[in-house]
Amino acid sequence: MSAINTTRTWSRRIPWALVIWLVVLSVPWMGSRFYTFLATEIVILALFAVSLNLLLGYTGLVSFGHAAYFGIGAYTCAILMKTHGVPFPIAFAAAGAMAAAFAVVFGFFCVRSTRIYFAMLTLAFAQIVWAVCFKWNSVTGGEQGLSNVPYPDLGWMASLPLLGDMRTADHYFVLVMVLAGICFLVLRRVVASPFGRMLTAIRENPERAEFVGLNVRGYQLAAFAIAGTFAGFAGALFGIFNRGVFPDFAYWSKSAEVLIMTILGGMGSFWGPAVGAAALALLSHQITTVTQYWPLVLGVVLIVLLFAFPGGIAGALGSVRTRLRRHRRA
Amino acid sequence: MLEVRNLRRAFGGVTAIDDVSFTIDRGQIVAIIGPNGAGKSTLFNLITGHLRSDAGTVRFRDRDVTGMAPHRLCALGMGRSFQRTNIFPRLTVFDNVQYALIAHRGRGRDVWSHADALFRDEAEGLLRDVKLLDKAAMVAGTLSHGNQKQLELGIALAGSPQLLLLDEPTAGMSAAETRDSMALLGRIAAERDLTLLFTEHDMNVVFSTAQRIVVLHQGRVIAEGAPEAIRSDVDVRRVYLGERR
Repeated sequence: MSAINTTRTWSRRIPWALVIWLVVLSVPWMGSRFYTFLATEIVILALFAVSLNLLLGYTGLVSFGHAAYFGIGAYTCAILMKTHGVPFPIAFAAAGAMAAAFAVVFGFFCVRSTRIYFAMLTLAFAQIVWAVCFKWNSVTGGEQGLSNVPYPDLGWMASLPLLGDMRTADHYFVLVMVLAGICFLVLRRVVASPFGRMLTAIRENPERAEFVGLNVRGYQLAAFAIAGTFAGFAGALFGIFNRGVFPDFAYWSKSAEVLIMTILGGMGSFWGPAVGAAALALLSHQITTVTQYWPLVLGVVLIVLLFAFPGGIAGALGSVRTRLRRHRRA
Repeated sequence: MLEVRNLRRAFGGVTAIDDVSFTIDRGQIVAIIGPNGAGKSTLFNLITGHLRSDAGTVRFRDRDVTGMAPHRLCALGMGRSFQRTNIFPRLTVFDNVQYALIAHRGRGRDVWSHADALFRDEAEGLLRDVKLLDKAAMVAGTLSHGNQKQLELGIALAGSPQLLLLDEPTAGMSAAETRDSMALLGRIAAERDLTLLFTEHDMNVVFSTAQRIVVLHQGRVIAEGAPEAIRSDVDVRRVYLGERR
């Protein structure tokens, strides 16, 4: 009994998030261009999914239009860097600010309706964003999007130890790891804060939450804005990674994709959506090399998962762990 | 403490609350009684801002609060419990009270501190007051009905309210649970100098607890006064016992 307790506290004391961050960070040293590419994509999409989960898992708001803020962030950063030659740090910050501003405006209307109406409104606003990106040729490049978005100037990284003889894509990956890492830390802190707890209270019982003194709509709007901001950061990083931004970024299918990642990974835990993003990206890359029927496989995986493990991958892992623990104790 | 004047509310063609007026003084324990459909819950929802009134005013602590949003009323010192038990069923008992404390003390906007460390002693104190300290780690939804009502009281008390509105505080309780919970309520009200307004079906509870009674029938106040006066009131007897005038 006591032995188990010590292993448990010991395993809890390891900062697992940091360990995994370091492992992922080491990917470029494995030498494969493809792995670095894949890792960059996964980390960015993980940030996108975790930002959605602030709404979905923590506040209980189902947004069908989260891609809008991803798209706004991507376009803002890309337009500033490519068209106006703005340096990356400013463009990146502007992407978050712009996504936040739009999230506040759209969210103001969305939180006034509930459940399915909320979902439909978020979708409607996202489709407006998509239509603007699609049609505003002079600024967004219209249907063709904006290609050849420049990499940030990362030459200085070459002078750092260990980073000397790396490709630009590897340097960019390191930058993504650092920025996404900071974003994850901030979001983690937010959900564990009193504010985050109030979001949980609202998810659990909005009527009661109102009568413990919470301005429910105000909190929902704040959550919407924070989630939008971080989706904007993810979009900014993705546009550069993708070397181009396209109207698809804000399309409803992108919103569905991030929703699937979040549910697949498990919206009941902070890291669940990140696991979902990794699983979806890895699966899609593996399976598309074997068969063209990737959507079919995805559909089957989702159905099995939703019926067998409603808590997603993270939820399933969690229940296996508790079962193992109980088994060992018995 | 609370002053309701000429309050009116209709749903479609049905007038649920019709020209209702009454006042409650500080420290009083007042019951609203009336048969099913008399408008008790509607009246509560009008006072607490869950419903908009068609006419009339509600004043709370000398301030016009007609139609004010629930979270603002709450900040002014009005607490309430609901007819159907209204807690955070998937959170632990402790979290229920702790979250309510965070909300009431205005810390909810804080996005940077660690929530777990906040108001632990106060939360424990509240749970001790409502006799749930030994069940603090349980998931609230698994508590017995009586315990859930106690928890709901704890959540309401977290706001240090001056006026507490309780919609059928003993609904669905056994006789023993009813007795215990009314004793608990009376003790807490006395300790904290609370003003209580409650609705209740159980006449034993009403006549043993309330200092004043308001009788509602078809949306109107048909009698108001001390328990002894109400007991002998002709109109009340007619409504409750079917006696002819």
